[in-house]
Amino acid sequence: MLEAKGLTKHFGGLVAVADVSFSVPEGKIVALIGPNGAGKTTLFAIIAGFTQPDAGRVMFLGQDITFMAPHRICALGLVRTYQIVQPFGALTVRENIAVGAHLRLKSRKAALAFAEEVARQVGMGDVLDRAAAVLTVAGRKRLELARALATRPKLLLLDEVMAGLNPTEVEEIVQVIRAIRDSGVTILLIEHVMQAVMSLADHAYVLNQGRIIAEGHPHAVAEMPHVIEAYLGHGAAARLRARAGGAA
Amino acid sequence: MTARTAFAVIAFAAALIAPFVVHSDFWMGFLITTLLYAYMGMAWNVLGGYAGQVSFGHAIFFGTGAYTSTILHISFGLNPWLGMVAAAVAAGLVGALIGYLSFRYGLRGSYFALITLAFAEVFRILANSFEFTGGGVGLYVPLKIGWWNLQFPSKTGFYYLALALTCLSLAIGAWLENSRFGASLMAIRENESAAEALGVNAFACKLKAIILSGAMMGVGGTFYAQHYLYIDPTIAYGPGVSVEVLLVPIIGGLGTMLGPLLGSAVLHGAGELARRLMGDVPGLDLVFYGVLLIVMVRFLPEGVIGLLRRRHKPGAAHA
Repeated sequence: MLEAKGLTKHFGGLVAVADVSFSVPEGKIVALIGPNGAGKTTLFAIIAGFTQPDAGRVMFLGQDITFMAPHRICALGLVRTYQIVQPFGALTVRENIAVGAHLRLKSRKAALAFAEEVARQVGMGDVLDRAAAVLTVAGRKRLELARALATRPKLLLLDEVMAGLNPTEVEEIVQVIRAIRDSGVTILLIEHVMQAVMSLADHAYVLNQGRIIAEGHPHAVAEMPHVIEAYLGHGAAARLRARAGGAA
Repeated sequence: MTARTAFAVIAFAAALIAPFVVHSDFWMGFLITTLLYAYMGMAWNVLGGYAGQVSFGHAIFFGTGAYTSTILHISFGLNPWLGMVAAAVAAGLVGALIGYLSFRYGLRGSYFALITLAFAEVFRILANSFEFTGGGVGLYVPLKIGWWNLQFPSKTGFYYLALALTCLSLAIGAWLENSRFGASLMAIRENESAAEALGVNAFACKLKAIILSGAMMGVGGTFYAQHYLYIDPTIAYGPGVSVEVLLVPIIGGLGTMLGPLLGSAVLHGAGELARRLMGDVPGLDLVFYGVLLIVMVRFLPEGVIGLLRRRHKPGAAHA
Protein backbone atom coordinates (compact mmCIF):
# COMPACT_ATOMS: atom_id res chain seq x y z
CA MET A 1 0.00 0.00 0.00
CA LEU A 2 2.77 2.39 0.99
CA GLU A 3 6.24 2.01 -0.42
CA ALA A 4 9.25 4.19 0.36
CA LYS A 5 12.38 3.80 -1.73
CA GLY A 6 15.77 5.24 -0.94
CA LEU A 7 14.52 8.23 1.07
CA THR A 8 17.27 10.63 2.09
CA LYS A 9 17.04 13.95 3.90
CA HIS A 10 19.82 16.26 5.07
CA PHE A 11 19.43 19.22 7.36
CA GLY A 12 22.59 21.15 6.70
CA GLY A 13 25.41 18.75 7.56
CA LEU A 14 23.14 16.45 9.54
CA VAL A 15 21.80 13.37 7.81
CA ALA A 16 18.33 12.89 9.28
CA VAL A 17 17.24 10.07 6.99
CA ALA A 18 19.67 8.04 4.86
CA ASP A 19 18.58 5.77 2.05
CA VAL A 20 15.53 4.41 3.86
CA SER A 21 13.31 1.90 2.08
CA PHE A 22 10.37 0.10 3.59
CA SER A 23 6.83 -0.94 2.78
CA VAL A 24 3.51 -1.13 4.57
CA PRO A 25 1.17 -3.87 3.32
CA GLU A 26 -2.56 -3.28 3.30
CA GLY A 27 -4.52 -4.24 6.42
CA LYS A 28 -1.45 -4.51 8.67
CA ILE A 29 -0.06 -2.54 11.57
CA VAL A 30 3.58 -1.70 10.96
CA ALA A 31 5.75 -0.09 13.64
CA LEU A 32 8.68 2.22 13.21
CA ILE A 33 10.88 2.14 16.29
CA GLY A 34 14.26 3.49 17.22
CA PRO A 35 15.99 5.73 19.74
CA ASN A 36 15.35 9.47 19.97
CA GLY A 37 16.70 11.41 17.03
CA ALA A 38 16.73 8.38 14.73
CA GLY A 39 14.75 10.24 12.07
CA LYS A 40 11.31 8.69 12.59
CA THR A 41 9.33 11.92 12.70
CA THR A 42 11.27 13.32 9.72
CA LEU A 43 10.29 10.21 7.81
CA PHE A 44 6.64 10.82 8.68
CA ALA A 45 6.91 14.44 7.57
CA ILE A 46 8.31 13.29 4.22
CA ILE A 47 5.61 10.69 3.67
CA ALA A 48 2.78 13.12 4.52
CA GLY A 49 4.21 15.82 2.23
CA PHE A 50 5.36 18.34 4.84
CA THR A 51 9.04 17.89 4.05
CA GLN A 52 10.63 17.25 0.68
CA PRO A 53 13.26 14.52 0.56
CA ASP A 54 16.65 15.13 -1.09
CA ALA A 55 16.40 11.76 -2.77
CA GLY A 56 14.02 8.84 -2.98
CA ARG A 57 10.37 8.20 -3.74
CA VAL A 58 7.17 7.59 -1.83
CA MET A 59 4.49 5.51 -3.55
CA PHE A 60 0.98 5.29 -2.14
CA LEU A 61 -1.58 2.99 -3.78
CA GLY A 62 0.65 2.84 -6.83
CA GLN A 63 0.83 6.63 -7.14
CA ASP A 64 3.94 8.75 -6.68
CA ILE A 65 3.19 11.20 -3.83
CA THR A 66 6.75 12.37 -3.17
CA PHE A 67 6.30 16.07 -3.91
CA MET A 68 2.54 16.30 -3.46
CA ALA A 69 1.04 18.94 -1.13
CA PRO A 70 -0.11 17.64 2.28
CA HIS A 71 -3.80 18.36 1.66
CA ARG A 72 -3.76 16.39 -1.59
CA ILE A 73 -2.03 13.43 0.05
CA CYS A 74 -4.68 13.57 2.74
CA ALA A 75 -7.41 13.53 0.10
CA LEU A 76 -5.90 10.34 -1.33
CA GLY A 77 -6.42 8.67 2.03
CA LEU A 78 -3.13 9.07 3.88
CA VAL A 79 -3.29 11.07 7.09
CA ARG A 80 -0.81 11.74 9.87
CA THR A 81 -1.08 12.71 13.53
CA TYR A 82 1.47 14.79 15.41
CA GLN A 83 3.73 13.63 18.20
CA ILE A 84 3.35 17.06 19.80
CA VAL A 85 -0.43 17.38 19.77
CA GLN A 86 -1.82 20.23 17.69
CA PRO A 87 -5.43 20.79 18.75
CA PHE A 88 -7.49 23.71 17.40
CA GLY A 89 -7.62 25.13 20.93
CA ALA A 90 -10.51 27.56 20.62
CA LEU A 91 -12.78 25.04 18.92
CA THR A 92 -14.75 22.33 20.70
CA VAL A 93 -13.89 18.66 20.39
CA ARG A 94 -16.80 18.20 17.99
CA GLU A 95 -15.67 21.12 15.81
CA ASN A 96 -12.08 19.86 15.86
CA ILE A 97 -13.09 16.46 14.54
CA ALA A 98 -15.48 18.03 12.02
CA VAL A 99 -12.51 19.73 10.32
CA GLY A 100 -11.29 16.26 9.41
CA ALA A 101 -14.79 15.09 8.52
CA HIS A 102 -15.21 17.99 6.09
CA LEU A 103 -12.61 16.42 3.81
CA ARG A 104 -15.26 14.00 2.57
CA LEU A 105 -18.43 15.80 3.66
CA LYS A 106 -19.38 19.24 2.41
CA SER A 107 -22.45 19.73 4.58
CA ARG A 108 -21.77 21.17 8.02
CA LYS A 109 -24.55 19.11 9.56
CA ALA A 110 -23.25 15.84 8.14
CA ALA A 111 -19.68 16.67 9.21
CA LEU A 112 -20.76 17.45 12.78
CA ALA A 113 -22.82 14.25 12.95
CA PHE A 114 -19.93 12.17 11.63
CA ALA A 115 -17.59 13.90 14.10
CA GLU A 116 -19.82 12.74 16.91
CA GLU A 117 -19.72 9.18 15.62
CA VAL A 118 -15.92 9.18 15.42
CA ALA A 119 -15.66 10.72 18.89
CA ARG A 120 -17.63 7.83 20.34
CA GLN A 121 -15.40 5.38 18.50
CA VAL A 122 -12.31 6.71 20.32
CA GLY A 123 -14.10 7.18 23.63
CA MET A 124 -14.60 10.95 23.56
CA GLY A 125 -18.39 10.87 23.45
CA ASP A 126 -18.76 12.70 26.76
CA VAL A 127 -16.45 15.63 26.06
CA LEU A 128 -17.87 16.66 22.66
CA ASP A 129 -18.66 20.24 23.65
CA ARG A 130 -15.52 20.83 25.69
CA ALA A 131 -12.96 23.26 24.21
CA ALA A 132 -9.93 21.35 22.94
CA ALA A 133 -7.61 23.63 24.93
CA VAL A 134 -8.83 22.25 28.27
CA LEU A 135 -8.37 18.55 27.47
CA THR A 136 -5.84 16.41 29.36
CA VAL A 137 -2.80 14.98 27.56
CA ALA A 138 -4.60 11.68 27.07
CA GLY A 139 -7.63 13.55 25.76
CA ARG A 140 -5.54 15.50 23.26
CA LYS A 141 -3.89 12.33 22.00
CA ARG A 142 -7.30 10.84 21.42
CA LEU A 143 -8.41 14.01 19.68
CA GLU A 144 -5.46 13.77 17.28
CA LEU A 145 -6.49 10.24 16.51
CA ALA A 146 -10.17 11.16 16.11
CA ARG A 147 -9.50 14.08 13.75
CA ALA A 148 -7.29 11.92 11.57
CA LEU A 149 -9.86 9.14 11.59
CA ALA A 150 -12.62 11.53 10.55
CA THR A 151 -10.91 12.03 7.19
CA ARG A 152 -11.73 8.34 6.53
CA PRO A 153 -8.13 7.40 5.74
CA LYS A 154 -6.92 4.23 4.10
CA LEU A 155 -3.55 4.59 5.81
CA LEU A 156 -3.11 6.19 9.21
CA LEU A 157 0.29 7.48 10.37
CA LEU A 158 0.40 7.65 14.17
CA ASP A 159 3.30 9.53 15.74
CA GLU A 160 3.72 8.47 19.38
CA VAL A 161 0.06 8.53 20.32
CA MET A 162 0.92 6.76 23.57
CA ALA A 163 3.75 8.93 24.84
CA GLY A 164 2.94 10.45 28.20
CA LEU A 165 0.00 8.13 28.90
CA ASN A 166 -0.26 5.91 31.96
CA PRO A 167 -0.49 2.11 31.54
CA THR A 168 -4.30 2.06 31.78
CA GLU A 169 -4.62 4.76 29.12
CA VAL A 170 -2.12 2.89 26.93
CA GLU A 171 -4.20 -0.27 27.22
CA GLU A 172 -7.34 1.67 26.22
CA ILE A 173 -5.76 3.27 23.19
CA VAL A 174 -4.22 -0.04 22.09
CA GLN A 175 -7.72 -1.42 21.88
CA VAL A 176 -8.94 1.62 19.97
CA ILE A 177 -6.10 1.22 17.45
CA ARG A 178 -6.80 -2.49 17.05
CA ALA A 179 -10.44 -1.70 16.37
CA ILE A 180 -9.41 0.85 13.74
CA ARG A 181 -7.24 -1.77 12.02
CA ASP A 182 -10.10 -4.26 12.15
CA SER A 183 -12.34 -1.71 10.44
CA GLY A 184 -10.01 -1.89 7.44
CA VAL A 185 -7.54 0.96 8.00
CA THR A 186 -3.85 0.21 7.55
CA ILE A 187 -1.62 1.71 10.23
CA LEU A 188 1.99 2.84 10.39
CA LEU A 189 3.02 3.91 13.86
CA ILE A 190 6.01 5.43 15.59
CA GLU A 191 6.11 4.27 19.16
CA HIS A 192 8.40 4.10 22.16
CA VAL A 193 6.02 2.18 24.36
CA MET A 194 7.31 -1.32 23.57
CA GLN A 195 4.45 -3.04 25.37
CA ALA A 196 2.14 -1.49 22.75
CA VAL A 197 4.40 -2.26 19.80
CA MET A 198 4.67 -5.91 20.88
CA SER A 199 0.95 -6.37 21.20
CA LEU A 200 -0.10 -4.36 18.12
CA ALA A 201 2.43 -4.54 15.33
CA ASP A 202 2.61 -7.24 12.69
CA HIS A 203 5.98 -6.01 11.50
CA ALA A 204 8.58 -3.58 12.83
CA TYR A 205 11.37 -1.53 11.31
CA VAL A 206 14.17 -0.24 13.52
CA LEU A 207 15.63 3.11 12.60
CA ASN A 208 18.92 4.35 14.04
CA GLN A 209 20.82 7.48 12.98
CA GLY A 210 18.67 7.77 9.89
CA ARG A 211 19.15 4.19 8.70
CA ILE A 212 17.06 1.07 8.97
CA ILE A 213 19.15 -1.38 10.97
CA ALA A 214 16.68 -4.20 11.42
CA GLU A 215 13.24 -5.40 10.46
CA GLY A 216 11.01 -8.30 11.25
CA HIS A 217 8.42 -9.41 13.76
CA PRO A 218 8.57 -7.11 16.83
CA HIS A 219 9.57 -9.95 19.18
CA ALA A 220 12.37 -11.05 16.89
CA VAL A 221 13.59 -7.50 16.36
CA ALA A 222 13.73 -6.77 20.08
CA GLU A 223 16.09 -9.72 20.58
CA MET A 224 18.61 -8.68 17.94
CA PRO A 225 21.92 -7.65 19.54
CA HIS A 226 22.53 -4.64 17.28
CA VAL A 227 19.03 -3.31 18.04
CA ILE A 228 19.67 -3.54 21.77
CA GLU A 229 22.98 -1.77 21.25
CA ALA A 230 21.31 1.03 19.30
CA TYR A 231 19.18 1.72 22.34
CA LEU A 232 21.54 0.97 25.19
CA GLY A 233 25.02 1.62 23.78
CA HIS A 234 27.95 -0.40 22.49
CA GLY A 235 28.49 -3.70 24.25
CA ALA A 236 25.14 -3.61 26.01
CA ALA A 237 23.87 -6.77 24.34
CA ALA A 238 26.92 -8.75 25.44
CA ARG A 239 26.67 -7.45 29.01
CA LEU A 240 22.97 -8.32 29.19
CA ARG A 241 23.69 -11.83 27.93
CA ALA A 242 26.52 -12.21 30.41
CA ARG A 243 24.30 -11.09 33.27
CA ALA A 244 21.51 -13.43 32.18
CA GLY A 245 24.07 -16.27 31.98
CA GLY A 246 25.41 -15.46 35.43
CA ALA A 247 21.96 -15.54 36.97
CA ALA A 248 21.08 -18.90 35.44
CA MET B 1 -39.59 31.40 18.82
CA THR B 2 -36.56 31.51 21.06
CA ALA B 3 -35.52 34.60 23.00
CA ARG B 4 -32.67 35.09 20.59
CA THR B 5 -34.78 35.14 17.41
CA ALA B 6 -37.31 37.39 19.14
CA PHE B 7 -34.52 39.79 20.00
CA ALA B 8 -33.20 39.71 16.46
CA VAL B 9 -36.64 40.42 14.98
CA ILE B 10 -37.20 43.35 17.36
CA ALA B 11 -33.75 44.79 16.65
CA PHE B 12 -34.31 44.51 12.91
CA ALA B 13 -37.75 46.13 13.14
CA ALA B 14 -36.26 48.96 15.22
CA ALA B 15 -33.53 49.43 12.62
CA LEU B 16 -36.16 49.61 9.86
CA ILE B 17 -38.24 52.32 11.52
CA ALA B 18 -35.26 54.31 12.89
CA PRO B 19 -35.33 56.95 10.09
CA PHE B 20 -38.95 57.77 10.94
CA VAL B 21 -38.07 58.35 14.56
CA VAL B 22 -34.63 59.96 14.26
CA HIS B 23 -34.97 63.31 12.49
CA SER B 24 -31.63 64.94 13.18
CA ASP B 25 -29.13 64.70 10.35
CA PHE B 26 -26.39 64.38 12.91
CA TRP B 27 -27.78 61.22 14.49
CA MET B 28 -28.68 59.75 11.11
CA GLY B 29 -25.05 60.33 10.13
CA PHE B 30 -23.99 58.63 13.33
CA LEU B 31 -26.14 55.58 12.56
CA ILE B 32 -24.89 55.40 8.97
CA THR B 33 -21.26 55.48 10.11
CA THR B 34 -21.92 52.85 12.75
CA LEU B 35 -23.57 50.51 10.23
CA LEU B 36 -20.93 51.11 7.55
CA TYR B 37 -18.17 50.25 10.01
CA ALA B 38 -20.11 47.22 11.25
CA TYR B 39 -20.11 46.06 7.62
CA MET B 40 -16.46 46.87 6.99
CA GLY B 41 -15.51 45.42 10.38
CA MET B 42 -17.00 42.14 9.18
CA ALA B 43 -14.98 42.46 5.97
CA TRP B 44 -11.83 42.62 8.11
CA ASN B 45 -13.20 39.89 10.39
CA VAL B 46 -13.46 37.40 7.51
CA LEU B 47 -9.69 37.48 7.08
CA GLY B 48 -8.46 38.66 10.47
CA GLY B 49 -11.03 37.13 12.81
CA TYR B 50 -12.06 33.86 11.20
CA ALA B 51 -8.91 33.03 9.25
CA GLY B 52 -6.54 34.64 11.77
CA GLN B 53 -4.60 36.63 9.17
CA VAL B 54 -4.33 40.03 10.82
CA SER B 55 -4.09 42.93 8.38
CA PHE B 56 -2.94 46.45 9.25
CA GLY B 57 -3.66 47.78 5.79
CA HIS B 58 -7.29 47.11 4.91
CA ALA B 59 -7.57 50.69 3.68
CA ILE B 60 -5.95 49.43 0.50
CA PHE B 61 -9.20 47.67 -0.44
CA PHE B 62 -11.38 50.53 0.78
CA GLY B 63 -9.37 53.07 -1.18
CA THR B 64 -9.20 50.93 -4.30
CA GLY B 65 -12.99 50.58 -4.22
CA ALA B 66 -13.54 54.30 -3.69
CA TYR B 67 -11.15 55.31 -6.47
CA THR B 68 -12.39 52.63 -8.89
CA SER B 69 -16.06 53.66 -8.86
CA THR B 70 -15.25 57.39 -8.72
CA ILE B 71 -12.74 57.37 -11.58
CA LEU B 72 -14.98 55.16 -13.72
CA HIS B 73 -17.86 57.54 -13.02
CA ILE B 74 -15.94 60.74 -13.77
CA SER B 75 -13.98 59.48 -16.78
CA PHE B 76 -16.42 57.06 -18.41
CA GLY B 77 -19.74 58.05 -16.92
CA LEU B 78 -20.23 54.61 -15.41
CA ASN B 79 -23.26 54.39 -13.15
CA PRO B 80 -22.09 54.27 -9.49
CA TRP B 81 -24.18 51.17 -8.76
CA LEU B 82 -22.24 49.37 -11.46
CA GLY B 83 -19.19 51.21 -10.15
CA MET B 84 -19.82 49.51 -6.81
CA VAL B 85 -19.63 46.13 -8.53
CA ALA B 86 -16.47 47.22 -10.35
CA ALA B 87 -15.08 48.38 -6.99
CA ALA B 88 -15.70 44.95 -5.48
CA VAL B 89 -13.95 43.29 -8.43
CA ALA B 90 -10.98 45.68 -8.35
CA ALA B 91 -10.52 45.42 -4.58
CA GLY B 92 -10.90 41.63 -4.82
CA LEU B 93 -8.14 41.57 -7.43
CA VAL B 94 -5.85 43.64 -5.22
CA GLY B 95 -6.66 41.15 -2.46
CA ALA B 96 -5.76 38.27 -4.75
CA LEU B 97 -2.45 39.93 -5.61
CA ILE B 98 -1.44 40.62 -2.00
CA GLY B 99 -2.73 37.25 -0.87
CA TYR B 100 -0.92 35.36 -3.60
CA LEU B 101 2.38 37.10 -2.87
CA SER B 102 2.22 36.82 0.92
CA PHE B 103 0.65 33.38 1.33
CA ARG B 104 2.71 31.79 -1.45
CA TYR B 105 5.85 32.72 0.46
CA GLY B 106 4.40 31.72 3.81
CA LEU B 107 4.13 35.14 5.45
CA ARG B 108 2.25 34.86 8.73
CA GLY B 109 1.42 36.84 11.84
CA SER B 110 3.22 40.13 12.20
CA TYR B 111 5.02 39.71 8.88
CA PHE B 112 1.71 39.53 7.05
CA ALA B 113 0.41 42.51 9.05
CA LEU B 114 3.46 44.57 8.10
CA ILE B 115 3.25 43.68 4.41
CA THR B 116 -0.39 44.82 4.27
CA LEU B 117 0.55 48.06 6.02
CA ALA B 118 3.35 48.60 3.51
CA PHE B 119 1.09 47.90 0.52
CA ALA B 120 -1.49 50.41 1.75
CA GLU B 121 1.21 53.05 2.19
CA VAL B 122 2.58 52.40 -1.30
CA PHE B 123 -0.92 52.84 -2.74
CA ARG B 124 -1.36 56.06 -0.76
CA ILE B 125 1.86 57.47 -2.17
CA LEU B 126 0.96 56.35 -5.69
CA ALA B 127 -2.50 57.94 -5.42
CA ASN B 128 -0.75 61.14 -4.33
CA SER B 129 1.51 61.16 -7.39
CA PHE B 130 -0.72 60.10 -10.28
CA GLU B 131 -2.86 62.48 -12.23
CA PHE B 132 -5.85 60.22 -12.82
CA THR B 133 -6.38 59.93 -9.06
CA GLY B 134 -6.41 63.71 -8.71
CA GLY B 135 -3.10 63.60 -6.80
CA GLY B 136 -3.07 65.19 -3.39
CA VAL B 137 -6.06 67.38 -4.26
CA GLY B 138 -8.32 64.35 -4.42
CA LEU B 139 -11.46 63.76 -6.46
CA TYR B 140 -14.91 65.29 -6.18
CA VAL B 141 -17.82 63.07 -7.11
CA PRO B 142 -20.09 65.17 -9.35
CA LEU B 143 -23.33 65.99 -7.58
CA LYS B 144 -26.24 64.36 -9.42
CA ILE B 145 -28.82 63.49 -6.83
CA GLY B 146 -31.02 60.51 -7.55
CA TRP B 147 -31.23 57.00 -6.19
CA TRP B 148 -30.26 55.52 -9.60
CA ASN B 149 -27.09 57.55 -9.29
CA LEU B 150 -26.35 56.26 -5.78
CA GLN B 151 -26.80 59.73 -4.34
CA PHE B 152 -29.85 59.88 -2.14
CA PRO B 153 -31.70 63.14 -1.49
CA SER B 154 -31.66 62.53 2.26
CA LYS B 155 -29.66 60.49 4.72
CA THR B 156 -32.49 57.94 4.81
CA GLY B 157 -31.42 56.35 1.54
CA PHE B 158 -27.83 55.92 2.68
CA TYR B 159 -29.11 54.61 5.96
CA TYR B 160 -31.09 51.83 4.31
CA LEU B 161 -28.18 50.97 2.03
CA ALA B 162 -25.85 50.75 5.04
CA LEU B 163 -28.44 48.63 6.83
CA ALA B 164 -28.64 46.29 3.83
CA LEU B 165 -24.85 45.98 3.76
CA THR B 166 -24.80 45.22 7.49
CA CYS B 167 -27.45 42.53 7.03
CA LEU B 168 -25.38 41.10 4.20
CA SER B 169 -22.32 41.03 6.46
CA LEU B 170 -24.30 39.23 9.18
CA ALA B 171 -25.41 36.67 6.60
CA ILE B 172 -21.77 36.18 5.58
CA GLY B 173 -20.86 35.70 9.25
CA ALA B 174 -23.64 33.15 9.72
CA TRP B 175 -22.51 31.33 6.58
CA LEU B 176 -18.91 31.18 7.82
CA GLU B 177 -20.03 29.70 11.11
CA ASN B 178 -22.05 26.99 9.43
CA SER B 179 -20.03 25.97 6.43
CA ARG B 180 -17.04 23.93 5.44
CA PHE B 181 -15.24 27.07 4.25
CA GLY B 182 -15.69 28.78 7.62
CA ALA B 183 -14.56 25.67 9.48
CA SER B 184 -11.44 25.52 7.31
CA LEU B 185 -10.63 29.17 8.01
CA MET B 186 -10.97 28.66 11.76
CA ALA B 187 -8.80 25.54 11.61
CA ILE B 188 -6.13 27.53 9.74
CA ARG B 189 -6.32 30.26 12.38
CA GLU B 190 -5.87 27.78 15.20
CA ASN B 191 -3.12 25.69 13.61
CA GLU B 192 -2.23 25.88 9.97
CA SER B 193 -0.11 22.75 9.55
CA ALA B 194 -2.55 20.62 11.52
CA ALA B 195 -5.30 21.89 9.21
CA GLU B 196 -3.25 20.92 6.17
CA ALA B 197 -2.64 17.48 7.60
CA LEU B 198 -6.42 17.07 7.72
CA GLY B 199 -6.79 17.91 4.05
CA VAL B 200 -7.43 21.67 4.24
CA ASN B 201 -5.89 23.55 1.31
CA ALA B 202 -4.67 26.43 3.46
CA PHE B 203 -3.30 28.51 0.60
CA ALA B 204 -6.52 28.38 -1.42
CA CYS B 205 -8.70 29.07 1.64
CA LYS B 206 -6.64 32.07 2.74
CA LEU B 207 -6.66 33.40 -0.81
CA LYS B 208 -10.45 33.11 -1.03
CA ALA B 209 -10.76 34.82 2.36
CA ILE B 210 -8.63 37.81 1.37
CA ILE B 211 -10.50 38.17 -1.93
CA LEU B 212 -13.88 38.12 -0.17
CA SER B 213 -12.61 40.48 2.52
CA GLY B 214 -11.15 42.86 -0.07
CA ALA B 215 -14.26 42.86 -2.25
CA MET B 216 -16.43 43.70 0.76
CA MET B 217 -14.12 46.59 1.69
CA GLY B 218 -14.23 47.82 -1.91
CA VAL B 219 -18.02 48.14 -1.74
CA GLY B 220 -17.56 50.08 1.49
CA GLY B 221 -15.19 52.43 -0.34
CA THR B 222 -17.76 53.21 -3.03
CA PHE B 223 -20.40 53.79 -0.37
CA TYR B 224 -18.10 56.27 1.36
CA ALA B 225 -17.25 58.15 -1.85
CA GLN B 226 -20.91 58.44 -2.88
CA HIS B 227 -21.94 59.54 0.60
CA TYR B 228 -19.30 62.21 1.19
CA LEU B 229 -18.74 62.99 -2.53
CA TYR B 230 -15.03 63.45 -1.99
CA ILE B 231 -11.94 61.26 -1.58
CA ASP B 232 -8.25 61.96 -1.34
CA PRO B 233 -5.23 59.65 -0.82
CA THR B 234 -5.21 60.04 2.96
CA ILE B 235 -8.90 59.29 3.37
CA ALA B 236 -8.73 56.40 0.92
CA TYR B 237 -5.43 54.72 1.77
CA GLY B 238 -4.38 56.34 5.06
CA PRO B 239 -4.11 54.37 8.28
CA GLY B 240 -7.39 55.79 9.64
CA VAL B 241 -9.67 53.28 7.94
CA SER B 242 -7.19 50.42 8.43
CA VAL B 243 -7.13 50.99 12.18
CA GLU B 244 -10.85 51.53 12.57
CA VAL B 245 -11.91 48.38 10.71
CA LEU B 246 -9.61 46.26 12.83
CA LEU B 247 -10.67 47.92 16.10
CA VAL B 248 -14.33 47.22 15.41
CA PRO B 249 -14.14 43.39 15.43
CA ILE B 250 -11.45 43.33 18.13
CA ILE B 251 -13.69 45.34 20.44
CA GLY B 252 -16.81 43.42 19.50
CA GLY B 253 -15.37 39.92 19.39
CA LEU B 254 -12.92 38.45 16.89
CA GLY B 255 -14.18 35.72 14.62
CA THR B 256 -17.81 36.09 15.66
CA MET B 257 -20.90 36.95 13.65
CA LEU B 258 -22.15 39.76 15.89
CA GLY B 259 -18.74 41.06 16.98
CA PRO B 260 -18.32 43.75 14.30
CA LEU B 261 -21.84 45.14 14.83
CA LEU B 262 -21.40 45.31 18.61
CA GLY B 263 -17.88 46.66 18.25
CA SER B 264 -18.95 49.40 15.87
CA ALA B 265 -21.81 50.44 18.16
CA VAL B 266 -19.52 50.55 21.21
CA LEU B 267 -16.63 52.26 19.40
CA HIS B 268 -18.71 54.98 17.76
CA GLY B 269 -21.09 55.37 20.67
CA ALA B 270 -18.25 55.80 23.14
CA GLY B 271 -16.30 57.97 20.68
CA GLU B 272 -19.27 60.31 20.28
CA LEU B 273 -19.75 60.45 24.03
CA ALA B 274 -16.09 61.33 24.55
CA ARG B 275 -16.36 64.11 21.97
CA ARG B 276 -19.44 65.51 23.70
CA LEU B 277 -17.82 65.45 27.10
CA MET B 278 -14.42 66.78 26.15
CA GLY B 279 -15.16 69.01 23.21
CA ASP B 280 -14.02 68.70 19.64
CA VAL B 281 -10.26 68.58 20.13
CA PRO B 282 -8.65 67.24 16.95
CA GLY B 283 -7.08 63.82 17.48
CA LEU B 284 -8.80 63.26 20.78
CA ASP B 285 -10.88 60.45 19.31
CA LEU B 286 -7.67 58.66 18.29
CA VAL B 287 -6.28 58.93 21.82
CA PHE B 288 -9.57 57.56 22.99
CA TYR B 289 -9.41 54.63 20.53
CA GLY B 290 -5.94 53.80 21.79
CA VAL B 291 -7.01 53.75 25.40
CA LEU B 292 -10.09 51.71 24.57
CA LEU B 293 -8.00 49.16 22.67
CA ILE B 294 -5.56 48.74 25.56
CA VAL B 295 -8.39 48.29 28.04
CA MET B 296 -10.15 45.78 25.79
CA VAL B 297 -7.09 43.68 25.09
CA ARG B 298 -6.10 43.69 28.76
CA PHE B 299 -9.46 42.97 30.35
CA LEU B 300 -11.74 41.66 27.61
CA PRO B 301 -9.65 39.81 25.03
CA GLU B 302 -12.80 38.10 23.73
CA GLY B 303 -14.49 41.43 23.13
CA VAL B 304 -17.93 42.66 24.11
CA ILE B 305 -19.42 39.39 22.92
CA GLY B 306 -17.17 37.50 25.35
CA LEU B 307 -18.58 39.62 28.16
CA LEU B 308 -22.16 38.86 27.09
CA ARG B 309 -21.44 35.13 26.82
CA ARG B 310 -19.80 35.08 30.22
CA ARG B 311 -22.83 36.70 31.80
CA HIS B 312 -25.05 34.23 29.98
CA LYS B 313 -23.23 31.09 31.08
CA PRO B 314 -21.34 31.84 34.31
CA GLY B 315 -19.74 28.38 34.37
CA ALA B 316 -18.47 28.58 30.81
CA ALA B 317 -16.02 31.42 31.36
CA HIS B 318 -13.04 29.10 31.42
CA ALA B 319 -14.36 26.38 29.13
